[in-house]
Amino acid sequence: MLLGPFFVVGDILMTENTSPPVITPLRKTLTLFKTVLPILVGMLLLINLLNPLLESRYSQWFTGHYLHDTLIGAVAGSISFGIPITSYIVGGELLAKGVSLLAVTAFILAWTTVGVAMLPLEAAFLGKKFALIRNILNFFFAILLAALTIFTLGLFK
Amino acid sequence: MSGTTLPNGRDKKRVSNPYRFLLVVLSAYVLIWFQRPDMVLAALHGFGGMLLRIIPILIVVFIFLFVINSFGPERIKKLLGKESGWKGWLIAAGAGIFISGPPYLLYPMLGELRKQGVRDAFLGVILYNRNVKIPFVPVMVYYFGATYTLILSSYILLFAFLNGKILELLLARRR
Repeated sequence: MLLGPFFVVGDILMTENTSPPVITPLRKTLTLFKTVLPILVGMLLLINLLNPLLESRYSQWFTGHYLHDTLIGAVAGSISFGIPITSYIVGGELLAKGVSLLAVTAFILAWTTVGVAMLPLEAAFLGKKFALIRNILNFFFAILLAALTIFTLGLFK
Repeated sequence: MSGTTLPNGRDKKRVSNPYRFLLVVLSAYVLIWFQRPDMVLAALHGFGGMLLRIIPILIVVFIFLFVINSFGPERIKKLLGKESGWKGWLIAAGAGIFISGPPYLLYPMLGELRKQGVRDAFLGVILYNRNVKIPFVPVMVYYFGATYTLILSSYILLFAFLNGKILELLLARRR
């Protein structure tokens, strides 16, 4: 239903031979949307199926080990999905349950910079190499920045 | 369904049929329905709500993509291409902070910018700086304190440039 109007207008524009200045960018945009929408709908369906499974189990993943938990935090953040504010709230809850600030920071950072669930979409639009390298790089950056933040914070105490 | 254009303009097989992905996800829903119909209903409910929330953003994305396509590669390259210099880095950093919206809506836009000649490093910076969201700062301060928020945000802003540069170098090496 959502895709219908885009396809109808898109198909009309595709068959037009005339190309005034507005038609070409409009045609390009509609063509792109024809690709975006099914992937987008698929991603949203997938996220809504997986998110409740993840959200109820976060606190069970952490072991209490300072370094292991940092890695677990980065992994948990990488496979999670949502707006950054959700990661702060979940992170705050984890902190209250005794998870270290280092692990929580890695979790928060990986949440927004690494997107395992979004990989197919990112690869489709930015390229497979781009998506893979960026996500792996950001995973390590999440741990690095978490360590630096906690170290710097220690200097202020 | 057939004949869809490639978003990244490179690999024809990969996105030749975006419906295949949708079909796989829908098949998972059908399979889970037989075991846990409550889970499927909850997921569909969440999906409906999410879809309604993103429709206005989708319209904005559509307009943005239209503007990018109207601009033409030369103008985009001047702003965020290889010759843009330090201004390009600053534009990318600012864009990452101020552009809001979920990543699934950002990727098509960034993909289009990449096709128009935007540097990979700048795309990396934009995506990394999504971490710093000014409207969310009070929430972070509430949970983790002002000093923590300031330190973390500063590191993100600083390391976004390094992240972008490394990303570009690694991509260039693999080409």
